[in-house]
Amino acid sequence: MATFGSLALLIGLALAAYNLFAGGVALRLIATGQPAPISPERLADTARRAGIAVFIAVTAAAFALVYSALTNDFSITYIMEHSNRALDVKYKFAALWSGQEGSLLLWCWLLATYGFVLRLRHKTDVKLYAYAGTIMAAIQVFFLAVINFAAPPFSLIRGDIPADGNGLNPLLQYPEMVIHPPMLYLGYVGFSVPFAFGLGALMMRYPGEKWIKITRVWTLVTWLFLTFGIFLGMHWAYAVLGWGGYWGWDPVENASFMPWLTGTAFMHSVMMQEKRGMMKSWNVWLIFSTFLLTLLGTTLTRGGLVSSVHAFAQSSIATWFYVAMGVTLAVCIFTYILQRDHLKSDHHLESLVSRESSFLFNNLVLLTACFVILWGTLFPILSEYVQGSKVTVGAPFYNRVAVPIGIFLLFLTGVGPLLPWRATSLKAVKRNFIVPSIALWVTVVVCFIFGPRPLSTWFSEAGYFYALVAFAMSASVFTAIASEFLRGAGVIAKQTGKNLAAAMYLLTRRNTRRYGGYLIHIGVVIIVVGLAGAAFNKNTEKELALHDTMSVGPYTLECVGFTQDSNANFNSDYALLDVYQNGKKQFQMAPEKRVYLASQQPQTMVAVHSVLSWDLYVVFEGTNPDTGQPIIKAFLNPLVSWIWAGVVLIVAGTFIALVPSLTPATAALRVSVPQTVHAEPVLKGGD
Amino acid sequence: MKAMFRNRKLFRGLQAAFLAVAVCFSIGATDATARYDKLSHQFMCSCGCGQVLGECNHVGCPASPVQLAELKVDMTNGMGDKEIMDSFAAKYGATVLAAPTTTGFNLVAWIAPFAVFLAALLGTILLVRHWSLGKKQVAEPASTPEMNAIRDRIRRETGSEGSF
Repeated sequence: MATFGSLALLIGLALAAYNLFAGGVALRLIATGQPAPISPERLADTARRAGIAVFIAVTAAAFALVYSALTNDFSITYIMEHSNRALDVKYKFAALWSGQEGSLLLWCWLLATYGFVLRLRHKTDVKLYAYAGTIMAAIQVFFLAVINFAAPPFSLIRGDIPADGNGLNPLLQYPEMVIHPPMLYLGYVGFSVPFAFGLGALMMRYPGEKWIKITRVWTLVTWLFLTFGIFLGMHWAYAVLGWGGYWGWDPVENASFMPWLTGTAFMHSVMMQEKRGMMKSWNVWLIFSTFLLTLLGTTLTRGGLVSSVHAFAQSSIATWFYVAMGVTLAVCIFTYILQRDHLKSDHHLESLVSRESSFLFNNLVLLTACFVILWGTLFPILSEYVQGSKVTVGAPFYNRVAVPIGIFLLFLTGVGPLLPWRATSLKAVKRNFIVPSIALWVTVVVCFIFGPRPLSTWFSEAGYFYALVAFAMSASVFTAIASEFLRGAGVIAKQTGKNLAAAMYLLTRRNTRRYGGYLIHIGVVIIVVGLAGAAFNKNTEKELALHDTMSVGPYTLECVGFTQDSNANFNSDYALLDVYQNGKKQFQMAPEKRVYLASQQPQTMVAVHSVLSWDLYVVFEGTNPDTGQPIIKAFLNPLVSWIWAGVVLIVAGTFIALVPSLTPATAALRVSVPQTVHAEPVLKGGD
Repeated sequence: MKAMFRNRKLFRGLQAAFLAVAVCFSIGATDATARYDKLSHQFMCSCGCGQVLGECNHVGCPASPVQLAELKVDMTNGMGDKEIMDSFAAKYGATVLAAPTTTGFNLVAWIAPFAVFLAALLGTILLVRHWSLGKKQVAEPASTPEMNAIRDRIRRETGSEGSF
């Protein structure tokens, strides 16, 4: 299987190289109109077919590695290091992305899959797809070269083949780890597609904004995968690492967040290009930056550039990535300089108070946030260079710097949809902002009444103060979005005689992109509320003898047993805790600590009881060696479930935005009213 | 005068609000547990796990219990926050501090994000103003002698006396 996999990868590299070379030559011939022994169109088509074949070759290699893991082929170093006989089948499958070489193979396979779909859909616009396909081939050549020469997944063990493997990292033996990395990679890798289209469109001086419309679905789907992947990672960190949090501002977490920020900025600013032919250069550079940041993220994850708790896979492949980033940047700059006259804006902003302006500020804030994270991630290296010693840039730095920026972004989330395109009057602004302002101040008062006392507490701790601002702003933004939506639905209901629910449905169908976006914004607001809840976290730690109790928040935990268990994969210690609220037993929890036999690494299995208002989060910290009694740490984490609920709304909103809107003709058919009724003031704002 | 008075009132109101917030911010948490919790989040665990000291939960971690005990002793001995931080940095190296200090080159870490944000904000505002002013200038009808002559001709030919 190792030989088969290695051969498949080599063939994949050769095919990708042919795609790049033949595609490049064909495009050059088409552009210059030079005579050639073979028709450039036919040459371009052979290149496209080679690109399709890359998918088959890389799929075969991925299959070979998974098959080797499932059949315990420990003659392959990678399988020996990341799997063992007792490992559950789903984790053997996950071994594909649990180490350096395998995860690069997954990257190549996803890239080949995206390329496969792109090349199959070439009839949408043959020339643009040929450019994009050739650029994708260049990216494929790089990644396939890395796994063929720098990080081969099928290298064989030297000497005797061991009877069993080292096993999978215990941190990765969790159901979410089966889907978190592929989701994140789908996001990372997916940005190659809009990048390829953006660069290709610039190279060929593609007329108009059609390339943005073509890549819209790609970008949205990619963004969704990245978002979902990031939140799955947060949930995994929360459920597995056992420190009571979900985001630690680790360099690897930051690496995934940076392209998300620029990608989000891109999704907003392309609307200005679509609607008004503005920000063309800006958009091109946003997608270039997003792609470069995915490369940087991979370098940070694997290159050992900065220290990280996620350092599962460090090696010397960083040099390859530095070269790739350098070449990509050079190509982007060169193409931009050569074609920049093609990117002149059709219009300029007309007013500081307009939808365009809010998008501009939204971009400013997202990019500043990206800069802050990049700066914080790389500052230790800079400090070492300047001062000769490293410093740590951890959570306290980001919490102080990034939170105010996040709150400003939240403000724009609410303001943006309320502003019309081009310009608006102060009167209209006032009218739209009355209800959100009332919601803001009512929330402040409610927080003061029901929140911590004395009132000065809200201001004496930065965490409380930010939470207050976040709650108030969230209420305001939610009200702004909801009232705008209801106003639109009200108009439809009045025009059509339908009830409000039907009118809301119809309104959404008429402009799925706009109202899907609204739902995404509401999801963001709910996530912010959940994040702000962290300011009120409580925790307590205690060694518990049988029938001892400990309290956290409204709960009392009674230890009713502690024992050990074992299976072929791990030994575990766990405690049984009865949980009481107001003197009544409510439920039982069983936090656990495992020691995996193959790797001899310990791992906590947190017990979580989640309700809308808070999570009771219990960790088995260990056993006192003197008494043999369990040490239990209990956290009361307010509003955590809001974060996961917000993600569900973001996913739902993205799906809605992906559904095509009803065309005016279809919409008219759905509304059983005379065609003269056509006024839709609320829809005129566009997206 | 009325507007000035109103502005002065507004200015005083803002001053009072600012003062109130500043006073509130200056009131620090004095509770020992809160201080311990706060300080334990200012340090990193020195075992290499990359976690904040107050959140390090490794079973059998060789470093965090020692560091936390040391923190308690320092607090009991009446050391100030800065003294404790200096003492930890001297013992474990500068990387034990979870965030850069606000002295020397480390200050750049704190200033740069806000400087970039403010510069970008200012730049954006100026750009939007420049664009919107430019738009207005373009929109204004030209009043060159040639244009006036053309206008007169159009008026004569169409019999229109109304202004443009």
